Amino acid sequence: MSGVARSSLHIAQYVQIMSLLQVNRLSKHFIMHHLRREVMAFDCLTFDVREGEFVLVVGPNGVGKSTLLRCLYRTYLPTSGQAIYHSRYGAIDLACASDVDIVRLRREEIGHVTQFLRVRPRVSAREAVAEPLLAAGLSPIEAGKRASHALDALGLKRELWDAYPTTFSGGEQQKVNLARALIAPRRLVLLDEPTASLDAHARRALVERLAQLKQAGVAIIGVFHHAEDVRGLVDKEVALTADSQRPSEGDGLLTSSIACNGCAGGSGDVAE
Amino acid sequence: MVTSSRDAPRPAPTRAPVIVASPPLLQVRGLVKRYGSHVVAVDRVDIEAYAGEVLGIVGESGSGKSTVLRLLNLEERPDAGEYFFNVPELTGRNLFALDRMAQRRVRTFDIGIVYQNPHLGLRMRNTSSGNIAERLIVAGERAYRTLRLAAREALAASEFPLDRMDDPPVRLSGGMQQRVQLAKAIALKPKLLLLDEPTTGLDVSVQALVLDTLKRLQRETGVTTIIVSHDLGVIRMLADRVMVMRYGRVVEQGLTDQVLEDPQDAYTQQLVHAKL
Repeated sequence: MSGVARSSLHIAQYVQIMSLLQVNRLSKHFIMHHLRREVMAFDCLTFDVREGEFVLVVGPNGVGKSTLLRCLYRTYLPTSGQAIYHSRYGAIDLACASDVDIVRLRREEIGHVTQFLRVRPRVSAREAVAEPLLAAGLSPIEAGKRASHALDALGLKRELWDAYPTTFSGGEQQKVNLARALIAPRRLVLLDEPTASLDAHARRALVERLAQLKQAGVAIIGVFHHAEDVRGLVDKEVALTADSQRPSEGDGLLTSSIACNGCAGGSGDVAE
Repeated sequence: MVTSSRDAPRPAPTRAPVIVASPPLLQVRGLVKRYGSHVVAVDRVDIEAYAGEVLGIVGESGSGKSTVLRLLNLEERPDAGEYFFNVPELTGRNLFALDRMAQRRVRTFDIGIVYQNPHLGLRMRNTSSGNIAERLIVAGERAYRTLRLAAREALAASEFPLDRMDDPPVRLSGGMQQRVQLAKAIALKPKLLLLDEPTTGLDVSVQALVLDTLKRLQRETGVTTIIVSHDLGVIRMLADRVMVMRYGRVVEQGLTDQVLEDPQDAYTQQLVHAKL
């Protein structure tokens, strides 16, 4: 059965149970001007995410799993298709929403955890983690308290809290990164290999935090290198396959088409 | 080597905001500035900036980005264009068409600016506190005590060491001079803060501290900020959205991370990949 047919079934089944995100025939191609080439990341992906649902994105390396998350966060601009997100303000298509609306949603509703920590130099770990709370209007004292708690839960050594993360090891940086990304309330969280460089203790703490978020109704879409870490949380898998990356025909730029045609074959399969 | 951006298939243009309900604070349409008969420094540029956001403008030297900032600061007259500020007393009035006195009022009360070169923004041999007081005097304040307090408050907000507030900028380090400019810019709590390469030329460590001050001030005051820089790292740290300029035109605009990580335009791709 094709991915489209199966996931439209999903929509029919669950649309009453607070669907949070409906990804519909979403495609991403990269146009590399200096090579005059177009590179396909994924094509015509369709799936549905409900509140409190944990969706695991699976597939071999380089198949576009991280790219999918980045398209939903709009770090990458989707080439075609829709990603209808049901925000507190109403439904909005993340694929083509205005930039200022996306900025607002990132501040209030959608979080993205990458594998890399990006902080300004001379900002301490605790300050970096407190920042999203300050942006949300909390007092510096309260934000600092919660930041300490989050770092403690992930097992970052207390003596590092007021140090600059640029000097930290990969695992320590990742703890700061996760604490920062998961501290403020979100409705949709995108996780890109968050456990890659974590020790066993921190992995357990993370899974615990994710379970809490899920319980609170937060929808999570994640890419995990070691999926067994989160096995108990997964409600649904979205599989990206190599044939969801059909090579574009002809010589790139001039012949490429933006519309997504003939979705039947290689879309992502959705499995419960 | 560079293909014209017209050749490339472009993604559908993003829609007008639906969640952010209020109109932009600042709206510029059809901005044109020529120097002499055949230099077009700014060519039909449109800008929108929403309340509380940080908009970055990047481009190489000569792209027209600093000229745009001078025009927004009403320092120069454009050859064409309209400029609206969505504040009660100015709604619907083209700022470029105001008379000199009215423009001066807007520059005093609604706009603050920090230049790359502190000589442009400060009297280098007056005291630092005096530089800030001067701005308040222009605004009509006369009481010495009030001036002194306001200068102290603005300098503290920009994290300037207060024991040096009566030193003239000429005797201060580059980082401190930028903090005096910043204090002067924010002293009257403007609606719009313009930053022209505010950290270019500073030591890397000083740059980090000044950037941190800018970030904190922006968060605390919510002032709409437009920052011009050729440094993509600075833009990434501060800006929510970014416009890329080349030959006086805007070749691409979008969310900062999107423009830096998934640039659509051929020129932007070159610019982003040229970063060390």
